[in-house]
Amino acid sequence: MTATVRVQREDFDLAAEVAALCRGRTDIGAVVTFSGLCRDEAGALAALELEHYPGMAETEISRICREAVARFGLQAATAIHRFGRIAPGENIVLVIAAAPHRQAAFDGANFIMDFLKTSAPFWKKEHRADGSAGEWVSAKDADDAARQQW
Amino acid sequence: MSTVNLVYFSWVRERIGKGEETLELPADVVTIADLLAHLKSLGEEYEAAFEHERVIRAAINQEHVEHGEPIAGAREIAFFPPMTGG
Repeated sequence: MTATVRVQREDFDLAAEVAALCRGRTDIGAVVTFSGLCRDEAGALAALELEHYPGMAETEISRICREAVARFGLQAATAIHRFGRIAPGENIVLVIAAAPHRQAAFDGANFIMDFLKTSAPFWKKEHRADGSAGEWVSAKDADDAARQQW
Repeated sequence: MSTVNLVYFSWVRERIGKGEETLELPADVVTIADLLAHLKSLGEEYEAAFEHERVIRAAINQEHVEHGEPIAGAREIAFFPPMTGG
C-alpha cells in the first residue's frame, strides 16, 4: 500500500493525482476525492495565509493516512496540503482514498480530513479585502466533535 | 541546566515576537507545564502568548504531547494554538 503525502506552496491538479494513484492498477473499485478551497466570505476575504510546522506537518499527515489505510483497508491514499498565501477560489487541500468498494473509500477520505483538521500543524490567518488587519482563524468545536465520532 | 530549542507558531509566535529560540532550562523544569510556567516568568510577551494556557498545544521532537509530558531528552519543543488547517 502506498500513501502519497506532500506539503507544498504550489497548486495541485486533482485529475493528475487521481491518475497517478490509479496508474498500472486494476484492483481499485472506488476512488473518493475531497478538495478544500479558500472561500471569499461574501467578498470580505482577500486571501488566507497558511502557516505550517515544516517536518511535523508531513509526519502527522502521513501518520493519519497510515491509520486510515489500516482501519478501512484502503488500497492507496494521497494527501496534499498547501501553505503560503492562498486566494479565494484556490485549492488548499486534497485527499484521495482508493478501495475495492465505495464505503471504505468514503470513510477513509472522511477520516483523513477529520484528523487532518485537528492534528496536522497548520494555521490560517485572514487577509481582509478592506485592508484591515486580519485575524487568525479560530479552531471550531465542530471539528473536534467530528474527530471524536471515529 | 539543559539546552532546548523552542519553536512557536501562529499567534503564539506573533505574541512572543520570534519563531524560535534556544534556552537554558533550570533543573526544576521537568514537564511541559513546568516549561510554560518558566516561560511566563520571562516577560510580558510570554505571559500574553500563554495567557490561556489550557488551549496551548505542545509538541516534543515534532510529536503532539500533553502538558504533563516530561521534557527530558527533548531536542525541539513547539508551542502553538489549536490547529486550523484543511
